[in-house]
Amino acid sequence: MRKKGKIVVGVVVAIVIVLLLVGPLSIWRWVPVLRKPAVAYKVGAIFAVTGPAAWLGTPERNTAKMIEEEVNAAGGINGHPLEIIIEDTVGDATRTVTAAKKLITKDQVLAIVGPSRSGTTMAVIPIVEEAKVPLISCAAAEAIVVPVKSWVFKTPQKDSHAAVRIYETMKLQGISKIAIITGTTGFGDQGRKQLKKLAPELEIEIVADETYGPDDTDMTAQLTKIKASEAQAVVNWSIVPGQVIVAKNMRQLGMKIPLFQSHGFGNIKYAQTAGEAGEGIIFPCGRLLAVDTLADDHPQKEVLAKYKKEYEAKYEEDVSTFGGHAWDGLHLVIAALREVGPDREKIRDYIENTKNFVGTGGIFNFSPEDHSGLTKDAFEMLTVKNEKFVVLE
Amino acid sequence: MSLGDQLLQYLFTGITIGAIYGMVALGFNIIYSATGIINLAQGEFVMLGGMMMVYLTAIIKLPMVVSFFLSILIVTAIGAAFERAAIHPLKSPSVITLIIITVAASILFKGGAMFAWGKHTVSLSPFSGEEPISVLGATILPQTLWILGIMAATVALLILFFGFTLTGKAMRACAANRTAASLVGINVKTMVLLSFALSAGIGATAGIIITPIALMNYDRGTMLAVKGFSVAVLGGLGSNVGAVVAGFIIGIMESLGAGFISSGYKDAIALVVLLLVLFLKPSGLLGSRERAEFKKF
Repeated sequence: MRKKGKIVVGVVVAIVIVLLLVGPLSIWRWVPVLRKPAVAYKVGAIFAVTGPAAWLGTPERNTAKMIEEEVNAAGGINGHPLEIIIEDTVGDATRTVTAAKKLITKDQVLAIVGPSRSGTTMAVIPIVEEAKVPLISCAAAEAIVVPVKSWVFKTPQKDSHAAVRIYETMKLQGISKIAIITGTTGFGDQGRKQLKKLAPELEIEIVADETYGPDDTDMTAQLTKIKASEAQAVVNWSIVPGQVIVAKNMRQLGMKIPLFQSHGFGNIKYAQTAGEAGEGIIFPCGRLLAVDTLADDHPQKEVLAKYKKEYEAKYEEDVSTFGGHAWDGLHLVIAALREVGPDREKIRDYIENTKNFVGTGGIFNFSPEDHSGLTKDAFEMLTVKNEKFVVLE
Repeated sequence: MSLGDQLLQYLFTGITIGAIYGMVALGFNIIYSATGIINLAQGEFVMLGGMMMVYLTAIIKLPMVVSFFLSILIVTAIGAAFERAAIHPLKSPSVITLIIITVAASILFKGGAMFAWGKHTVSLSPFSGEEPISVLGATILPQTLWILGIMAATVALLILFFGFTLTGKAMRACAANRTAASLVGINVKTMVLLSFALSAGIGATAGIIITPIALMNYDRGTMLAVKGFSVAVLGGLGSNVGAVVAGFIIGIMESLGAGFISSGYKDAIALVVLLLVLFLKPSGLLGSRERAEFKKF
């Protein structure tokens, strides 16, 4: 027995020694496997981070990075980390298509947020429709969701709603004859179509219809033509630098009639760049930029104030509505992933049936007939006063 | 507004746009005159000038005059450094190699400007107020007069430099025939360096004076260069007076086209004029055929 006991003790000691030597190693080897993170949920993001639409894509990229950090710091989605793969389109349709194909086939993303521009979004629609990947565009043009495409959604407010809000404001001011001037970009062109389509319904007469190229340096020729017409107001529908140059040129020509801009004017930097010429510009915009003047019990107040505060603290620059579009798109996808898990089709169905989703752009109510989810009330009419945006009274 | 007032306004607009194009076109001419190559980074020199000026006045808060000359100086140095780093080391470069190098440089400058100054469109306050000057019912900005004045001065100086100074003549000799020029004792490589520095300086000047009107961002150089290059070709590459005249022609065609026909077709109208002229006179309006035959382009 004693001998046996010695052997037992010896074996135990040996095991302990072996465990002490090898054990820690083997334990270390096992721990990562046991703690191995759950499979990451991959979401693609296609933004025009550089190039002519960088002012759209940069806040969107920043927002996406901020959300990724935030979600992962809070333990991911149902324990799965969130991986947002960001691709830069340079605002170019060909590159956008390449980026979308890469995300779908190589990265196998569950959904795509973006692209930033209307033209590039239209270019990727056939690809996501074929591959059956949910796409939530951050671009404004109506044509993205009208007619409804089963896999395509968008978060910015509709062009037609912007046009309706502009026309309604004009009617309140007693304006009935207007001139429109639009950039020949995808955004400007779609805006022009909506303005022309909706004018008769709201009893507005368009007496001059001018356009300009995205790289033009001076629009006084077009504005001279408008000045000679009977127009009581001008609507400019474009992106920078056009929207600033038009305001400056109107001032140069001594035009006193009010200037309305599209929701593309939603960045305080533009008002500052326009300086004196920017004062009094009226435009429809999401509530993000006027959050300080919003009533405390407004349903969007909390979301908007939180996003604005976090974004401005992290990036030390003014928040813009464009980053907000990415916020809405990503949070829709995150909500879907949380509920239905990593399944492209279920994500699509979930988003299509989302109701009362409070985003930065408004309160979204999607349906199989409406993949934009917002009403015209998502817009507030703002005006520029002392280089600040305030709600138009 | 009466038709006469409108016409005058269109002319003023055309002159404003034309002066911008002409100013950009001048930069193309210098390097072409000295080396026979097209510097496709010329637009970036314009952009760098504008952005540097905004940076010095708005961020560093230097006085306008100091920043004006400092910006030109810095961009001139960048132009010279670019030549030393990328063009100079080549032993016997072909024209096409040099042009491709300038394309690479343009991408590099654009990227650098993006990282240094961000992507926002910036503006510069005009040199002498923003109050438009009213002439017979039409208006013109004081900044346009600055552009016209500085352009006239630049052209005059260039004509004097290339026509009456030894260095200027030596630069022209290099363009005509590098081998012959070096045989008579001209240091060709120094002339090339000088031409890059000079055209960077002129590009920067253009950028600074047009920023109050046209605004500026890191991406704008390429587009300005496209129009500037068309203008330089229309005027006859190498001809500085031609560049100015062609700038006004294109600018006025664009603005009259926008005013009387349709703003949608204004670029087409200007380009048709360009094609017609080149079809009838391939060396450009004021370019000499004899000279054009020497060149590879």
